[in-house]
Amino acid sequence: MSRIVVVDIEAGYGSVRVLHGVSVQVDSGETVALLGTNGNGKSTLINCIMGIVEPTAGSITLETDDGESIDLVGRTPQEIVELGISLVPEGRRLFPLLTVEENLMLGAYRKSARQRIAANLEFSFEAFPVLGERRRQLAGSMSGGEQQMLAIARALMSEPRVLLVDEPSVGLAPILVSRVIAKIRELKAERNLTVLMAEQNFNQAIKIADRGYIIVHGDIAFSASSAAELSENEMVKQYYLGV
Amino acid sequence: MRIDAFHVTALAIALLGAAVTIFDLIPVNKFYFFAGYVVLQYVVLATAWNIMGGYMGYVNFGTAGFFAVGAYTSVVLYNLMKAPLILMIPVSGAVCALLGLGMGYLTLRLRGVFFAIATLAMAIVLETLIVNWDYVGGATGAYILRSREIAPFGDYVEFLFFVMLVLAIFAVTVARWIERSKMGRGFAAIRDDEVAAECTGVPTLRLKLVATTVSGFLMGVAGAPFVLYVGFVEPSSAFNLVYAVNSIAMPMIGGATTWLGPLIGALLLGTVQQVATVTISSELNLLIVGGLLVFFVIAAPEGIVGLVRKWRGRGR
Repeated sequence: MSRIVVVDIEAGYGSVRVLHGVSVQVDSGETVALLGTNGNGKSTLINCIMGIVEPTAGSITLETDDGESIDLVGRTPQEIVELGISLVPEGRRLFPLLTVEENLMLGAYRKSARQRIAANLEFSFEAFPVLGERRRQLAGSMSGGEQQMLAIARALMSEPRVLLVDEPSVGLAPILVSRVIAKIRELKAERNLTVLMAEQNFNQAIKIADRGYIIVHGDIAFSASSAAELSENEMVKQYYLGV
Repeated sequence: MRIDAFHVTALAIALLGAAVTIFDLIPVNKFYFFAGYVVLQYVVLATAWNIMGGYMGYVNFGTAGFFAVGAYTSVVLYNLMKAPLILMIPVSGAVCALLGLGMGYLTLRLRGVFFAIATLAMAIVLETLIVNWDYVGGATGAYILRSREIAPFGDYVEFLFFVMLVLAIFAVTVARWIERSKMGRGFAAIRDDEVAAECTGVPTLRLKLVATTVSGFLMGVAGAPFVLYVGFVEPSSAFNLVYAVNSIAMPMIGGATTWLGPLIGALLLGTVQQVATVTISSELNLLIVGGLLVFFVIAAPEGIVGLVRKWRGRGR
């Protein structure tokens, strides 16, 4: 278990600034929702933590239980996976021409997880029986919901301590969104995960979040210390929940 | 590595090749060995290209550059110490492996068409360097006087044919092993979605460097005996764009995702080209390649291997 502390990061693409000093903290064992509509910087923040986008200012630190503080800025995604952080990317980003099983095996590159590939595969197929039935099928030929399940299972193959989930609801039918969200909650408990989930589907995200941040135009507009506080906030009600 | 039917077949072909060339089992015109050498050389080049282009999706337009550096390494070794072929092959391979590693480092951030352009540019830069290097003959080229005969093969061309056969078997074996290893899965992940591969912890950087190095090694090895084969090498023949075009076309026609693809493509296209050279004209080669490529891209985008798989799938 470990926690992630993001302090005042700024980031962008080329001359476009997306994040203007964002601070976020995800404590050990929490599920934190990162909420906001399209284009406000949720994915950029997730990508900064994962090492895909390098922030131009600010710090991102992983604090482990042994009291170690590891600076994540400037590290490659592989190093970050090695440290026990794993990403379920937006739009799933599976390897469409590889089979379900091959996709899962590719999630197990982390050194510490290599010995337990068989056990972790077993776990994936137990958690998502549909993946077990289709282990030899090409990932690209599955339905959106199944692909999302596979993306989550693949991320868990590296036995992460922290799971970053970027917009799991994208492109899924509402019933599947509920199922995916419920599954994340279930897996979180089962594997003692710390979860940071970016989502624009407020109703769904609030169901499993312990806390949440609302990100607007690259700034944290509101930080809620409980799910209740999030759903009762006037701004949230007005703009995002439509009540 | 497990020994299976593939390895037994490969060994059998090598032994058969040795028997045929040593004991002149099949009394054929020497030209067949001369032409067969070129076909086998393309098996090596196409297989080498496919490790990067087919497995990993990085299109290398610089095959001619690697091939020529392999050939010219042999020239340097010959000029320095009259080195034998058995030494030329590993050294040329090593030099091109280093070249591949260097190219990998310099082009790490380039993808798609930009990577292809960079590799093409590299070949041109190398050609310019060779043209201006007098030690290896510069623009006028270099001769190597080879012996006419060599024991126990008799004719030297038969010997070269056998050497290239062994190299082709070696290249295909390496490609097949990579394809089935964990590394091959990593290559495929890079081909499908590089960012996703990176995020799942696939060491994309390391794998890319391994691919450029191995691919470069095999291309260099294919170029090493070239000077002995033709007896004379000049930049415009060693750096001929035909090598780049063929080594891309052959895997495409055969099927780029498996080791069998470049093998089939090279045997087929290489043979057609040799036949056309003799019967029609040597200038027609590229036209044939172009025509076949257009046909296959439209009719069988996954090559012959893909086509066969599709038919089989229907049969079931």
